[in-house]
Amino acid sequence: MVGILVVLALVLMTFSFRKPDSGPVASVESAAASALRPFTIAGERVAQPFRDVYGWADSLLTARSDAKRLRAETEALRQQVIQNQFAANENANLKALLVFRDGPRFPDDYTGLAAAVIARPSGSFAQEVVVAAGSNDGVALDAPVVTADGFLGHVTRVYSRSSRVTLLSDEQLAVSAIAVKSGAAGIVKHGRGSASTLIFDRVPKKVKVSVGDTIVTAGWRSSRLASLYPKGIPIGRVTSVGQADTDLWKQIQVEPFADFERVDAVLILVLKDGQK
Amino acid sequence: MNSAVGVRVALIIFVVAILQVSAFSSVTIGRGVPEVLLVALDSVALLRGTLTGAVAGFFAGLIVDVATLGTLGLTSLLLTLVGYWAGRYGETTGRGRPHAPVLAALAATVFVGIGGYAIQSMLGEPISARVVLVALPAALIWNTALIYPVFGLTRRIVGAPERADRAREVELLV
Repeated sequence: MVGILVVLALVLMTFSFRKPDSGPVASVESAAASALRPFTIAGERVAQPFRDVYGWADSLLTARSDAKRLRAETEALRQQVIQNQFAANENANLKALLVFRDGPRFPDDYTGLAAAVIARPSGSFAQEVVVAAGSNDGVALDAPVVTADGFLGHVTRVYSRSSRVTLLSDEQLAVSAIAVKSGAAGIVKHGRGSASTLIFDRVPKKVKVSVGDTIVTAGWRSSRLASLYPKGIPIGRVTSVGQADTDLWKQIQVEPFADFERVDAVLILVLKDGQK
Repeated sequence: MNSAVGVRVALIIFVVAILQVSAFSSVTIGRGVPEVLLVALDSVALLRGTLTGAVAGFFAGLIVDVATLGTLGLTSLLLTLVGYWAGRYGETTGRGRPHAPVLAALAATVFVGIGGYAIQSMLGEPISARVVLVALPAALIWNTALIYPVFGLTRRIVGAPERADRAREVELLV
């Protein structure tokens, strides 16, 4: 009996791995996932108050230092908003004069599809979450996913009523990015340690990147190829910059804006009609 | 095993598997996650034997794989082996020993951590061993802390194994 179960598990694994998005096993998995959905949503709702209490208690510990930091940040941002407003007006006028053709931008050219996180793999292998929105709601494969804080990941599997989102902290995911101040381009990927650290890789040594710089998605486009992610989604802030003689690139660590370990709800970005 | 106990075991596994993916897996303290499902499966297997352990492990893994839209069969394979081994341990060496649940939970945690890493690597997933090694000590602490309460609760629900349920082999009653 045990041997049969082991063989059955191996057969399921083989079929599921070879054809994850099509075939009879995928159809059965999709139907089973739909059947389990109400239970996972119920489990999520039961757990939510406990998570809120934990989050509240946790935030109390850092409330004083957070308030001080945020006050200073607000002052700096207030000044910056005024300058940015002038720059944005000037930019819009110049683009109109040049009849400039741009790619899709975040958030103007996208609509956000809000979805609750209903399940997470518990092992340390996969940095993924399952959300309660699927193809019936308009979710497409590879759609970018954000939270209120910043970039989170992208959709890697879609079923009718649920989808799997792979987080940027996963080893399989990387995103082309730029530093807002210096314009330095590179790739942001998972850090070697915890999910709370990312690496801004492939940045040439001659380019200047400073601690505190904001990193956003690059959203590049070249002939027929284009990045999956629109330009300008905030990813994180540079926390350390270094370089070694033996390395080709700078060693830059980034603290993500999004908290990958505590994601309750996400926004799946769907292009507005008429945008490509 | 009578059908009433079977229904109770199925209910425990189903409820804990759903709570594991929707609630417990988001509780990360010290880089580790409480593997309540693994601990509950260990308890069921220790109390009810190899066959129940293996079947419960298979279906628990299936629920986890389906609910997380993961590769079907992966968690099932690991948990089937864990259920079988824990059941065998409970029927033989660990029978009647108070430290058996802790040893079973520790061994299962290490097996699932390293076994999961091995299978993922064989499937070609780019996984760093460091991630597994960093998470393992915290998972061991979590699961050791959880095993006695979960084992006690499971014992109350499914009951202690009856003599007729145990493996038929020589038992010294000295």
